Amino acid sequence: MNTSRLTRMILVLALAASGAAQAADDSASDSDKIEAYREMISDGNPAEFDEMRGEELWKKPAGPKNASLEKCDLGKGAGVVKGAYAALPRYFKDTKKVQDLESRLLTCMTTLQGIPEADITAKPFASDKKPSDISSLATYVVGQSKGMKMAVSTKHPKEKEAYEIGKRIFNYRAGPYDFACSTCHATSDVRIRMQDLPNFNVKADAQSAYSSWPAYRVSQGLTRSFQWRLNDCFRQQRFPEPKFASEATVALTMYLAVSANGADYAGPGLKR
Amino acid sequence: MGNPMKIRASVKDGVTEVKVLMQHEMETGLRKEADGTLVPAWFITEVKAQHQGRTVLEAQYGQSISKNPYLLFRFKGGAVGEKVTVTWMDNKGDTRTDEAAIAA
Amino acid sequence: MNAKQLFGIAVSVCLASVTFSAQAGSKDDKKLDAKTTEIIKRDFRDKGIAKADRVNQDELQAACSKYLDDVPDKLKGKLEAAQAKEIKWPADGKYMGDWKAGEKLAQSGRGMTWSDKPEDTPGGNCYNCHRLSAKEIAYGTIGPSLLNYGKKRGTKEEVQRSVYGHIYNAKAYNACANMPRFGHMGILTEAQIKDLVALLLDPESPVNPKDASAAAK
Repeated sequence: MNTSRLTRMILVLALAASGAAQAADDSASDSDKIEAYREMISDGNPAEFDEMRGEELWKKPAGPKNASLEKCDLGKGAGVVKGAYAALPRYFKDTKKVQDLESRLLTCMTTLQGIPEADITAKPFASDKKPSDISSLATYVVGQSKGMKMAVSTKHPKEKEAYEIGKRIFNYRAGPYDFACSTCHATSDVRIRMQDLPNFNVKADAQSAYSSWPAYRVSQGLTRSFQWRLNDCFRQQRFPEPKFASEATVALTMYLAVSANGADYAGPGLKR
Repeated sequence: MGNPMKIRASVKDGVTEVKVLMQHEMETGLRKEADGTLVPAWFITEVKAQHQGRTVLEAQYGQSISKNPYLLFRFKGGAVGEKVTVTWMDNKGDTRTDEAAIAA
Repeated sequence: MNAKQLFGIAVSVCLASVTFSAQAGSKDDKKLDAKTTEIIKRDFRDKGIAKADRVNQDELQAACSKYLDDVPDKLKGKLEAAQAKEIKWPADGKYMGDWKAGEKLAQSGRGMTWSDKPEDTPGGNCYNCHRLSAKEIAYGTIGPSLLNYGKKRGTKEEVQRSVYGHIYNAKAYNACANMPRFGHMGILTEAQIKDLVALLLDPESPVNPKDASAAAK
């Protein structure tokens, strides 16, 4: 995060908080103030621009095969986007793999459009300089599950296996700091510096955390995908980098998504 | 040219509420690249909103406003179906205008 | 056969089936454990200073992961003793450095990530998890508050030595503690750990405010 953006964000938060002061009690906690800020700008989430970009990319013929993604099967049948994200990750017969949204988009972009996989995975995340097609596509797809109940299945043995492996990755301590995901995300009501941490062993926490990603990060001015979220967690965990859309990341996503089952999906979200 | 804005306008009890989301980098001119070079300033300087040809809001913007600015304002009057037009100008002389019909 | 005997058989059948399923479970668990390790070793790669081999667990990390940080007492003792044996105590027998340098170090959350440069000095990351001074409000709560730490304990040599040991290797005292092993893993130098000991114990340090109202908080 660059400092000038952070400073500006704090200013915006401060302005928003003062604007909401009549409604909110003076003693309202910081997280209440942030909640009020979210409410005020609920129709102003810049993630919408990324959704628009993603929708265009979904419908526009591209790649060596000059095809759109309108025949991409995200689990609800070819071309069905509505509600697809609320049931991902899931097992796909054609690839014989459990896939999350981004790994499935990768499959569609390589098979339907003929784009080489390495071209996509080399820079899968958006930056200041350049948006990411796969990330914008993901933003578009998740937006089409807004308000729907998260219902990720573990019926297929491969889905169950992915869940079990994901749980183990969640608790896997390694690296110079001995950190696992669970070091920060298995205790309630704790924070790192000023940041509240969700406890993924508690349903309500898991639901509100998972269902608000992907999200627009005000401090970065970018919409961030779920694969990015995991990638940056592992960075802070002092791990090496997880490969984009790898089995490890999909399994972990499976574990987190199932923990959030029953939530009303609320993404794309808005974060500090 | 700039990228399109999202504008939502709705009228209730004779007051129109307008929500505008603009796409703009809003570079302060103070930020540095990793290699130390300064990122040039590039930000919206002026925003103007009109209702049926009448200016209902004029604002001066600057570096302290975040990337992809969001603006919410209300004005007296307006009827369903009438147009609200929003224009921004930036320090490079670029400008963008979008409009939306007032909803119920 | 009377009813009591019948009941006894039913209970033992139940017990047997419970034992059986637990065994079957552990066989599955072992398979899943092995597959998880295989996937992790394959799916992480070098980036910057964070090399792929960081996912290889040492004995302690493996045990804490396996038992979800709740290792059986006997193993816990064994792990702690093994960690304690590897603590390198300062050769000069001094444990306290400069609290001002310690405070700077405690504030820094840098270090060891793939976005940190090799020439950057890792920080202590202390405020990420602990409250230390009364005036710093941006502190984490994963670890206990350390405000007034030295006031409560004084600066006797055994206290200094214990604090040094905890920062050098927290796992020598509590095998699956959340806290990193700053000395053991080569994150902080001996001199830096001494500075942190001073931050916690020095009566002049902001951790031990003289002002009673600050101390009461």
